[in-house]
This record gives sequence, structure tokens and C-alpha cells, in this order.
Amino acid sequence: MSEPRLLEVRRNVLKQNDVIARALREQFRAAGVFVVSLVSSPGSGKTTFLEKTLTQLQPRYRVAALVGDLATENDAVRLARSKAPVKQITTGTLCHLEAAMVQSALQEWELHQLDFLFIENVGNLVCPSSYDLGENLRLVLMSVTEGEDKPLKYPTIFNSADVAVISKNELADAVDFDWDAARNSIESVRPGMQIFRLSAKTGQGMDEYLTFLSRQLELQRAVMQP
Amino acid sequence: MHELSIAMGIVEAAVDEAQRRGVTVSAVHLRLGALSGVVKDALMFSYEVACQDTTLQGSQLIVEDVPVIVYCSQCRKEQTLESVQLFQCPECGTPTMDIRQGKELEVFALEVQE
Repeated sequence: MSEPRLLEVRRNVLKQNDVIARALREQFRAAGVFVVSLVSSPGSGKTTFLEKTLTQLQPRYRVAALVGDLATENDAVRLARSKAPVKQITTGTLCHLEAAMVQSALQEWELHQLDFLFIENVGNLVCPSSYDLGENLRLVLMSVTEGEDKPLKYPTIFNSADVAVISKNELADAVDFDWDAARNSIESVRPGMQIFRLSAKTGQGMDEYLTFLSRQLELQRAVMQP
Repeated sequence: MHELSIAMGIVEAAVDEAQRRGVTVSAVHLRLGALSGVVKDALMFSYEVACQDTTLQGSQLIVEDVPVIVYCSQCRKEQTLESVQLFQCPECGTPTMDIRQGKELEVFALEVQE
């Protein structure tokens, strides 16, 4: 047998996902819907946070959510209480959502009838970072009970996110949460990222965050004007 | 852990290239960015599993770690980060998110035999 030789091929392993994500992003843009994906650890309060977000945006906006979950439909059931359209993506053993799953879940949806679409990823701070879902904004959520150095432990996902929310602020005093340390951790792995500190339970800080979302939608639509 | 599905993607890409070119693959060279979100050890382990029952069975995965390179607007040049926990210029300390390299997850080359 001949000597092995090196053959340059240069193939992006996630190309298929990236191609679908690009198509989704174009589809969202054309439909005029602003898409936010949520990533966090399990137990950070993602579902409660999303439920409140959907409920509070609804008087003014048409909202919907896709929810990734490993095995149960509990999250979708909880979110349905907001009266917004909610669809579950059960990922089975898969620890993250991929663009193709989002595309297939959205097939029967009339996207142009929506203002906001939220995509709740599987609770996991590692795997979702590699997969573009075509979202306009990636929001990373961490709660005050998780420790201020969480961003340093999971730099890739924090770096890939556009905005951070620190939740369960009603528990901050009880756990001696060090706000400056948390902000420094985030700033270290993702300089300049906007941070919202809030309590989905008491509603404290929610207004500022919801105003931010409204502004993002306006900006997106302003860009679309001919 | 998503490294198994990543490994399967690598094997799929390599099998496809090998078939089209009519060659046998003995090793796959992968460029793995520090910001790719993929854990190298888990990937190495998953690769063997992903190769089973394919034409790549018994082949080697050779990983080249690709560090993060950012552009520093202060120094006006590209700089290599020492850690993904600190996105600032290693020379002048200016924070930066102008990422020029480090997200790679690329089958770069194949070691083949005709």
C-alpha cells in the first residue's frame, strides 16, 4: 500500500445546522417576528421567567413559545397558563435544540401573525452554545442562587449570548449574592453585555427588561422599512 | 453531552469526502476552536463509537486546538487570548468582543491512501 498523504478538505461540521439557521433567520425577518432564545442551567427558573414574560407582553404583543425539554411536557403545560400558543419539542436524550428541530416545529405556524417568538432551550449551559437556531437574540439566564462565578465556569455560552438576565433577585439577600462579582464575571467573558437583574416572582425589574424587548422589536422593524 | 452527535457529523463528512474521491481514510484532522463549545476528551471518546461500522473504523482523530484571536482596537492588531475567561487584550487590557478566530469546528484534512 502507498504512503498516506494529506488531503485538505475544510468542511465545517455544523454546516448543515448553520444553513438551516440562516434560512430560519431569513424567514423570521420576512415575517417580522423577533425571536429570542433562552439558555440556562436546569433549575434557574427559566420556565417561570418565560411564563411571566409571555403574560406581561401579551396585552400589547402577539407572542408564542417553543419549549425544548428532554422528556416531559410539564414546561409546555405551565406555559400554556399564559394563554399564548406554546409548542413542546421533546428532545429525548438530546441535550440541546438544533435548527432543524425548530424548523420542523414551526411548520404549521403563521409566523407573520406573531410579534415575538421565544425558544426555550433545554436546561444546559454547555451544548446549546454550538447551535445557531436563527434567533435574533440569545438570552442567558442565571439565578442568584447559582453563584457569581457561573459565567467563568461556562464562558462559551455566556460569550455567545447577547444579553444576560440574573433572576430570583428576591433571594439575593438570603444567599449573600455579590452583584459586583457577578457583573465582573460576565464582563470578563463577554465584555459590554447588557445585564438585567430581576425577580420574575415579585415582578421587580421586569419592566426594564420588557421595555428592552419592545425596543429590539422596534429596531428590527425600523430596519425593515423600505 | 453533544459530542457524540458532533463526532457523527465529523465521520459523516469524512466518509462523504472519502467516497467522492475514492480513497481510504486513516486519520481525520480536525480544527477545534476554544469557543466551539465542544469538549475535546469527550469528542475523542465519541469518535471511536461514531466510527463503528463505517469505512472510518480504526481511523484516528487528530485534533488541532485553535485558540481565540481577537482584534484590539487600542493596539490595532490581532491578539491571541490566553483564556476564554478573559476577553481583553493581553497587552493593554482593553476589553474586546471582536473575535477573529476560535469558533472553528472544521474537518480540515484527511490522511488518505489511494
